[in-house]
Amino acid sequence: MMPSVAFTSMLSCAVAVSTVIAAAQTRDPRRSGFEDMSRESQAMQRDDTANPGMFAVLEGEELWRAKVGSRKTSCADCHQNAEVSMRGAAARYPSFSTAWNGPVDLQGQINLCRETRQNAPPFPLEGPELLALSAYVGKQSRGMSIAPPDDARLEPFRRQGEALYNMRQGQLNFSCANCHEDHAGQRLAGSLIPQGHPTGYPLYRLEWQGIGSLQRRLRGCLIGVRAEPYAYGAEEYIALELFLMSRARGMAVETPAIRP
Amino acid sequence: MARVLINLPKAKRGEIVEIRTLIQHPMETGYRPKGDGTSFPRDIIRNFVCKLNGIEVFRADLFPAIAANPFIAFTIKAEEGGTMTFSWIDDRGRSQTETADFIVE
Ligand code: HEC
Ligand code: HEC
Repeated sequence: MMPSVAFTSMLSCAVAVSTVIAAAQTRDPRRSGFEDMSRESQAMQRDDTANPGMFAVLEGEELWRAKVGSRKTSCADCHQNAEVSMRGAAARYPSFSTAWNGPVDLQGQINLCRETRQNAPPFPLEGPELLALSAYVGKQSRGMSIAPPDDARLEPFRRQGEALYNMRQGQLNFSCANCHEDHAGQRLAGSLIPQGHPTGYPLYRLEWQGIGSLQRRLRGCLIGVRAEPYAYGAEEYIALELFLMSRARGMAVETPAIRP
Repeated sequence: MARVLINLPKAKRGEIVEIRTLIQHPMETGYRPKGDGTSFPRDIIRNFVCKLNGIEVFRADLFPAIAANPFIAFTIKAEEGGTMTFSWIDDRGRSQTETADFIVE
């Protein structure tokens, strides 16, 4: 009697495994870092009155209307209602800028407008104003699918980003892929290693107790493997972002997200 | 002054409702070292009070272990509607009061 019981339970086990595999083949295996967060952190992101990233959005809304520079123009003077004009903008950055003759991220585009359209000094990278404006512009794409532009001029930079992603570096000699592909879902000390999708930036990170850009996040990962981080605004970050965005194509924008 | 977000739902009489508040504040603990060996001076919100029609309905004392931009959620039993005030006071004596209508049907 006993052996046959064991046999049937093994059989049902095998059936269960094959259905799981079938489900995984049809489902998108990509997961936003949101799905790996605690219920409390998810609730914080879902509720705009509990999400401290919204402070940056409100600040950005004010800056959007502020008349600055020698021409005393505001973003709103040219782009009017951000809810209409900026809808979907963040989902297609980094883009190729003809003015800059290279790829720019959203923050770079905002600073380009500031310098060339408003005749005002660019905002310092990672400063509160630029984070606020990019959070405000980014929020207008919330829920939309990441849609990297189909632009051949971006391709060499995206490929550079892919190469950087797979390149081992730092004293610990890790590539991004070593963690975010090979060990995603496992733990690094107390933190769950996410798949590393750039869906929520700029975002409010509880550890930072503030809002930060994707570049700040990547800086943290580089320091983590004891590599020398690139300076803010470096082309390597833009290249990595281009690759990460192509890898996250079709996933939803969450700006301003919450992360642990 | 600081930015505040308040979630004050409409309530039915007798119902227990959750009120959620979030205020922008650095909550500097006083323990974070500067480069020169001294510390950044403490600056935290000490105290939060919520009043309904002038009568205190909820109070909280805050301490240095509380993160920046403190989020305070609490419940009250909706017996009457009226004007609800929310006040925060910090170490520097700065205070902020926000007002909202509490609607009880
Ligand atoms: C004098 C007009 C003018 C002002 C002022 C201006 N912009 Fe622009 N902006 C443009 C134009 C024109 C473009 C099209 C791209 C280009 O040529 O740079 C643009 C493009 C953009 C884009 C890219 C949109 C997309 O769909 O790809 C963003 C984002 C943006 N601006 C943000 C801002 C912000 C934020 C401000 C204020 C800090 C601002 N702009 C101020 C004229 C302006
Ligand atoms: C040693 C492992 C490790 C390496 C190597 C590493 N990361 Fe990470 N990365 C992490 C962990 C862990 C987190 C999440 C941290 C947390 O939640 O506290 C993270 C977070 C991220 C996120 C944020 C995802 C989100 O949901 O917001 C991105 C994007 C990212 N990494 C990209 C990269 C890139 C690009 C590289 C290579 C330059 C890299 N990482 C290298 C471990 C690593």
